[in-house]
Amino acid sequence: MTKPKTTQTTRRGALKTLALGGGAAATLPLWARYTSAQTAAPVKVGFQVHRTGIGAAYGRWYDRTTTAAAALINEQGGINGRPIEIVAEDDGTDPKRGAEVVEKFVSQHQCDVGFGTLFSHVVIGSAPRAGELKLPYFVVSEGHHVASGMLNRYTLQPGITDVKSQVQAMAPFVAENLGKKVTMIFPDFAFGHDHRDFFTAAIEAQGGEVLEHIAIPPTETSFTKYFPKIPRDTEVIYHVMVGPAVLTFVKELGEFFGPSRPEIFGFIDSLEAVDIASPGLEFLDGTYFWEGNPRYAQDNQSDYDAFFRARVGVDANGASISDPKDVSTYAHMFGCWETLHVIKAGMEAAGYQSAADRGKLIEAVEAIEEMPHSNAYPQGAKIFNGKTHQVFGHQYISKVVDGKLLLVHTTSIEDTLYPDEVDYTTQPL
Amino acid sequence: MDFGPYLMLATLEGAVTAAVLALTASGLALVFGIMRVVNVAHGEFFMLGAVLAWWVTDLMGATPVLGFAIALVVVPLMVAALATFADMTILKRINYDPERTIVATIGILYILQQVTLMTYGPDARPVTAPFNTRLALPWFERTEDGISLYWPWGLSITSYKLAVIGAAGGVLLGLWAVMKRSRLGLMMRATEQDREMALAFGIPVERIYALVFGMGAGLAALAAVLVVPIQQAHYLMGGDPLLLSFIVVIIGGLGSLPGTVLAALLIGLSDGIISVFFSPTLAKILATLLVAMLLVFRPQGMFGERRL
Repeated sequence: MTKPKTTQTTRRGALKTLALGGGAAATLPLWARYTSAQTAAPVKVGFQVHRTGIGAAYGRWYDRTTTAAAALINEQGGINGRPIEIVAEDDGTDPKRGAEVVEKFVSQHQCDVGFGTLFSHVVIGSAPRAGELKLPYFVVSEGHHVASGMLNRYTLQPGITDVKSQVQAMAPFVAENLGKKVTMIFPDFAFGHDHRDFFTAAIEAQGGEVLEHIAIPPTETSFTKYFPKIPRDTEVIYHVMVGPAVLTFVKELGEFFGPSRPEIFGFIDSLEAVDIASPGLEFLDGTYFWEGNPRYAQDNQSDYDAFFRARVGVDANGASISDPKDVSTYAHMFGCWETLHVIKAGMEAAGYQSAADRGKLIEAVEAIEEMPHSNAYPQGAKIFNGKTHQVFGHQYISKVVDGKLLLVHTTSIEDTLYPDEVDYTTQPL
Repeated sequence: MDFGPYLMLATLEGAVTAAVLALTASGLALVFGIMRVVNVAHGEFFMLGAVLAWWVTDLMGATPVLGFAIALVVVPLMVAALATFADMTILKRINYDPERTIVATIGILYILQQVTLMTYGPDARPVTAPFNTRLALPWFERTEDGISLYWPWGLSITSYKLAVIGAAGGVLLGLWAVMKRSRLGLMMRATEQDREMALAFGIPVERIYALVFGMGAGLAALAAVLVVPIQQAHYLMGGDPLLLSFIVVIIGGLGSLPGTVLAALLIGLSDGIISVFFSPTLAKILATLLVAMLLVFRPQGMFGERRL
C-alpha cells in the first residue's frame, strides 16, 4: 500500500517556501553587487616586457614607467571606473616567445589589450598573432613597420614616433650643421634597416650622400673590426646601436678615431641606459645625439616632464633616484606612459566594457587626432594618424657638453610628417 | 683605409681574439684530453669569470688597478673551486660516462646561466681597464725620397689589448711547463694515457680529475677576466666562446695543447681578417666549414692522434 502523494498546500510547506523566498530576497543587494562587478573588475593590460635577452635594460625601465603610469591612472579613478591591472610577461626579447606571450594574454590571462613591445623583430613576430586573435596590440617600438602597412588593424603605435619620421627630421640638421658625406653604422635587423633606408633617402633629399653603410649584428660584442670600412673622406658618422654591448661599441669608436674624429651624430639608442660620463666616452664631448625625450632635465623643463620624472623615480640626470648608476632609457620609456593614457582615452571614448568591445576600442583610438602636451603626454604634443596607426611628435637634438646632454634643437611636428603608406581603417575588424 | 694598415689592424684585432680563444679552448682541451668529458658548460665558466670580475672590482670600488689585479687572481680560483665542486658532486657520481656527462654539463650550463640571471641580472656591465692608452701605429709608404713612415687614420691599438695578448701567451707557456715539466703534469699525462694503469701506480686519479676540471674552468675564467675590460660582463656571453672553443679543439685535435693554440691563432686571426674584409658572418661560416671538412678528411684534427 502506498501513501497517496499530496499536492495540498500545508502550513509547514508554505512557511518553508516563504522562508526560502525571503532568504533569496535578502541576498538581492548581493546579486546587484555581483552584476556590477563584471564591469568593476580590472581592465587587464597584457604587458609584453623584455625582461631578459638583449632588450633587458629597456625592459627594466619600460616596466617601471608602466607601473608608475598604471598607479597614476588608478589614483585618478581608473578607466570607466574600473582599475587598470598590468599583467607582465617576459618575452626574452625573442620574436617566437613574443607570439606565445600574445597568446597567453588572450587565452590564459583574458587580457583586454596587449601592450609595451619595443624591439622591432619581436613586434613583427608578435603582431600577426595579435591580429588573428583580435587583440588590440599597442606597441612602443619606434619601428616603421606599423606605418608602413606591414602589420594589421589591431596593431597601433600611439605613444612613440617611428624611425622614418625621426630621421627625416634629423637629416636637415645633419646636412646643415655637420656635413653632407655620411657613413652610417646601424644594427643589422629591422630597426637598423629602417634607419638605413630612410636616413639615406632623407640625407639625399638634403643634397648629401651616404658613403658607406656598416651593418653590425645586434649580438656583436667587439666592434673595432668593422670601423676600417669607414671611408677616409667621411664628414659625419651616423651611429645607432642596440643590445647589451652598446657601451663597448661607442668606446671602441672613440679608440679607433683617437684625436682625429669626424663629426659624430648618434641616436641615443647607442647609449640608452649608459652613463655619458663613463670612462672612455670623453671623446663624445661636442658630438650630437637624437633624443626622443631629453635625458637631462633642461633649464626650460616643462612641469609635465618634472611630474613624469618624479612619478617614475628619475632624477635630473636621467638616472634612478635610488641608484644614480642606474641610468634610464629616458628617450624611449615615456612611450609606455603615453600609450597607457591613449588606451585610457580610447576605452573611455568607446565606452569599453569587455573583450567584445575590442573593435570599438580600435575605432575610438583611430579617431584620436591630437594629444596636447600635458601630464598624460609629457614628452610633448602629438598628432595621431588613425589611418596609419602611427603618432607624430617633436624630436630633440642634444649636444654633449661636459659629459651632459644639452638640448640644442627641437623639431616641429610638421618636420616629421610624411605621406600615408597605408589605410588600416579599410581593413575589417 | 689603405690595404696595408687595414690588414695590420685586422691582424691585431684577430690576435686579441686568438689570445682569449687560446686560453678558453686550452681549458676545454685539457678537460677533454685527460677526462674525456665534453664540457658543454665551459662557456658558462667563462661567463662566470667575467661576471665575478665585475663583482670583485665593484666591491673594491676605489682603485680600478687594485680591484682588477685582485680579480685576476681570485676569480679564476673561485671558478675553479666551483668547477671542482661540480665535478665531485655531479660528474663523479655518474662515473664520467660520456653520454651522461654531456647531459649533466648541459644541466650545469643552465643552472649557472639562470642563477647569474637571477642574481646579477640581465644587464651588461663594464669593468674599467687597469690601464688603457690608445697607441697610434705607424705605417710606411713609398715616396720620392724612399720609404717614409706615416700615421694612418684609425690604425691603433690600446695598451690593454697588447697586455691581453702578452698575458695569454705567458699563461699558456706556464700551462705547457706544468704539463711537461712538473710532477703534477706527469700524473695528468699518466691519467690521460691509461686511467687504470695510473691508478695501479698509485696516482689519485679522482683527485686529478677534480683538479683538471677545476683548471679547465679556471682557464676559461681567466680568459674572461682578461677580456672583460674590452667587452662587458653579460649573462649570455658564454655562447660564442663555447662554440669557438669547440671549433678550435676539433681543428687542433682533441686533447692536443699545441694543436689547440695553433688552431686558436688560425681561427682568431682569420676571424679578424675575414670580418674586416668581408663580413663577420662569413668568418663564422668559413670556420664551421673548416670543421666540417676536417671531420671528413682528418677526423683526429691537425695534431690529434688517431685513437681506436
